[in-house]
Amino acid sequence: MRHDGYDDLLDAIEEGNGFYLACPEDHGSLPPRRVCPECGSRELAEAPLPDSGEVVAATTVSVAGPQFADDAPYVTAIIDFGPVRLTGLVRDVDGEPDPGTVVGVGVAETVTTGDRVVAFRPR
Amino acid sequence: MTNVRIAGTGLTPFGEHSGRTGRDLFAEAGLDAVDGAGVDPADVDRLYYGNFMGELAEHQGHQGPLVAEAVGTTAPATRVEAACASGGVAVREGVEAIRSGTADVVLVGGAERMTDMGTEGATDGLSIAADDLYEIGAGITFPGAYALMASAYVEANDVDADDLAHVAVKNHGNALPNEKAHFRSEITIEDAVEAPRVATPLGLYDACPISDGAAAVVLVSEDYAEANDVEAPVSVTGTGQGGDRLALQDRDSLWRTPAAEDAAAEAYADAGIESSDVDCAEVHDCFTIAEVLATEALGFFEPGEGLAAARDGRTARDGDLPVNLSGGLKAKGHPVGATGVAQIAELTELLAGEHARSDAVENASVGVAHNAGGTVATATVHVLQAEDAEVDA
Ligand SMILES: [Zn+2]
Repeated sequence: MRHDGYDDLLDAIEEGNGFYLACPEDHGSLPPRRVCPECGSRELAEAPLPDSGEVVAATTVSVAGPQFADDAPYVTAIIDFGPVRLTGLVRDVDGEPDPGTVVGVGVAETVTTGDRVVAFRPR
Repeated sequence: MTNVRIAGTGLTPFGEHSGRTGRDLFAEAGLDAVDGAGVDPADVDRLYYGNFMGELAEHQGHQGPLVAEAVGTTAPATRVEAACASGGVAVREGVEAIRSGTADVVLVGGAERMTDMGTEGATDGLSIAADDLYEIGAGITFPGAYALMASAYVEANDVDADDLAHVAVKNHGNALPNEKAHFRSEITIEDAVEAPRVATPLGLYDACPISDGAAAVVLVSEDYAEANDVEAPVSVTGTGQGGDRLALQDRDSLWRTPAAEDAAAEAYADAGIESSDVDCAEVHDCFTIAEVLATEALGFFEPGEGLAAARDGRTARDGDLPVNLSGGLKAKGHPVGATGVAQIAELTELLAGEHARSDAVENASVGVAHNAGGTVATATVHVLQAEDAEVDA
């Protein structure tokens, strides 16, 4: 099932044109969104997502839900891109990346369902 | 504004109740509470019922009237859903209904049926408290989310994640005499540190179990208590609720819980107390790190100092501020919708001197309950006080 906004973002990241939503006060948020959650502004415009960010925190998940059963163990992390933070799988690393590690953003498929997922790789 | 008294409490044992329905679990706890209160079920004006995953676990929505029927009333009944804070929010709704003068007797309860879902099913069910698009879709489980909070806490405060084991060992020890607890076995620091990791840095003993169970309390107005000779020595004197962005990635800090800080500030102001007045607390320790964050949000310790306080025994039974004398979610169990109500029931018994662990807080007059939903996007705090309690403001 397609989720407008969210799947548009994944499409854009796949094409190398990731974006976020910026309000006139420069608060960042992610679609789908009609209102800036910080200031309530309804004037949201797409702005380019920086193509790399820094690891805020990471964990190796060993006990997964059914959607990720065959992926476990996997590393998931929150990445700081400045205006927004994004959560996703971290691929091509041994163990968890340390906070501050620079990663690029892309889209990958899960092992279990083949669904698209936000994925980060070291730069 | 009328004083809100707690007239009766009821709890099923927390643990595995394979094959039993949520309605039956709630009937057991609810009837215990009503009978203990000496209140006729026909006198119940309202019912608020906490439940989180009834659709997934039992294919059952619209549970308010279902559970009302199970305790013999057709009073207006509303199911309250706020993830793991469903019970706490139900209590708050009950308190406000009495304070507003629209009800004199409110049955507040909650139940969850989880063990029949299996580990994978329950992991999936619990995860839906998070953002489906940006968190669940990215592989975040409930333990995974708290693991990220724990990682951020350890990094920001330069502390040792292994020290979280002290919280687990303490809460297992506290649960030993609690007949309603899911786990009644001691563990050692070594057991906790060496257990398999669920989501690094959190291991098996950092997590609460998947439990079935129900809890209920009967709240009454002071007028009703006096007119009907209802014995109710413990009152709810403060209530607070706070909110935050749903997804962890959208928070300013991964290891501060402003929703709980706001709920605590509101509840303390409501009760006219300060954090230093609190004698004991039941806090939402779905994971060991959650208890640490709770004790900081409640103002017992400075941000970043809660883990050291736990390691140093300050929250132990013989410490200056005993936390989770019931065993907490960690050892007592966490049937999600029941948890916030069970905390109120346990605190009521502690303050009334009727709890297996009341000797740890003799002459205690002020207890606080902290209930958190998801990664603390919802939090409630309630202040309970024993009758005629003298509090230094
Ligand atoms: Zn804004």
